[in-house]
Amino acid sequence: MVKAECGECGRELNISDDSVKGEIVTCPDCGSDFEIASIGNNKVELKPAEKVGEDWGE
Amino acid sequence: MAKTGENKLSDICIVYDRVRWEEKELYEKAIKLGHKSKMIDAKTLAISTHNGTAYYDFGNIVLQRCVSHYRGLYLTACLEFLDSKVINTYSTAEICGNKLLTSLYLSKNKIPTPRTHFAFGPEVAGDIADKLGYPVVLKPIVGSWGRMVVPVKDKDVMESMIEMREEMPNPLSKIYYIQDYVNRPPRDIRTIVVGDRIVTAIYRYSAEGEWRTNIARGGKAELCPITKELEDICIGASKAVGEGILGVDLMEDEKEGLVVHEVNNTVEFKGAASVSEKDIAAEIINYAAKMAE
Repeated sequence: MVKAECGECGRELNISDDSVKGEIVTCPDCGSDFEIASIGNNKVELKPAEKVGEDWGE
Repeated sequence: MAKTGENKLSDICIVYDRVRWEEKELYEKAIKLGHKSKMIDAKTLAISTHNGTAYYDFGNIVLQRCVSHYRGLYLTACLEFLDSKVINTYSTAEICGNKLLTSLYLSKNKIPTPRTHFAFGPEVAGDIADKLGYPVVLKPIVGSWGRMVVPVKDKDVMESMIEMREEMPNPLSKIYYIQDYVNRPPRDIRTIVVGDRIVTAIYRYSAEGEWRTNIARGGKAELCPITKELEDICIGASKAVGEGILGVDLMEDEKEGLVVHEVNNTVEFKGAASVSEKDIAAEIINYAAKMAE
């Protein structure tokens, strides 16, 4: 597990080692979504995820 | 390039804007099958009329996997401008991303599909629904995961929906896509069509308290037998929109039999993979490698 902090509420987030750049992490406390900007060497960088758009889907 | 078994090794580029289970699965499968593969975040790309392919390496073939329809569509146009091979093509993506166009292409190619009506103003939309008789189904032209798909039970609901749609800022909300309500079992059929064959078919059952069957709405999957009729209809639907990697959705109409109501361009297959005996990701990668030749 790689640890990060929720940028919204400050909760500690545990991100699994097999996660990849571009995946979305949701804070279980406040529900904020973050996109993994980079991951590796036991470090992870998060950025706010895009909001679901009207044109999203299959 | 080197050859292993029947498939030549390729350089497969997966373009995404949000990594879902499917994108990870496709990337891992491509590597496992011996191909070169890379994932590129579409949100980091900028393409100009004069920069050619110098800035980026998109490999032999691109799998367009953006979750945003318009981002994927217009990026595909740019990639095709750069002479990259993209699955699916711009033309297929444009047709499948728009329910009105999909219905027109299906109907023109004699693929069984629910009777659908298009109205270009609020009054005529109401008139058509009245003439058809309720219930009818009102759908947005662009959108997915069952969003804003509404079973309109009576005239009052229709009038409210029209009023709401007229207030919405998106100009597409003022084009009305009205479909006959199909009496069907509480399930639909999702088939994954890759090239000219069905890889798998599943029944999708609605979640409790939900009429839509989308897996994204909590629908449950169960394996569906692939009959000759199902296969013929799905391959026909795929050809009608230009072929590629597609999710063809059908309903079992009590009167008409199987009808295709949607063809999905950036097909999600996590639900299908959970019950299918086929390796869907491997089928997709093998097809991409073949198309890259």
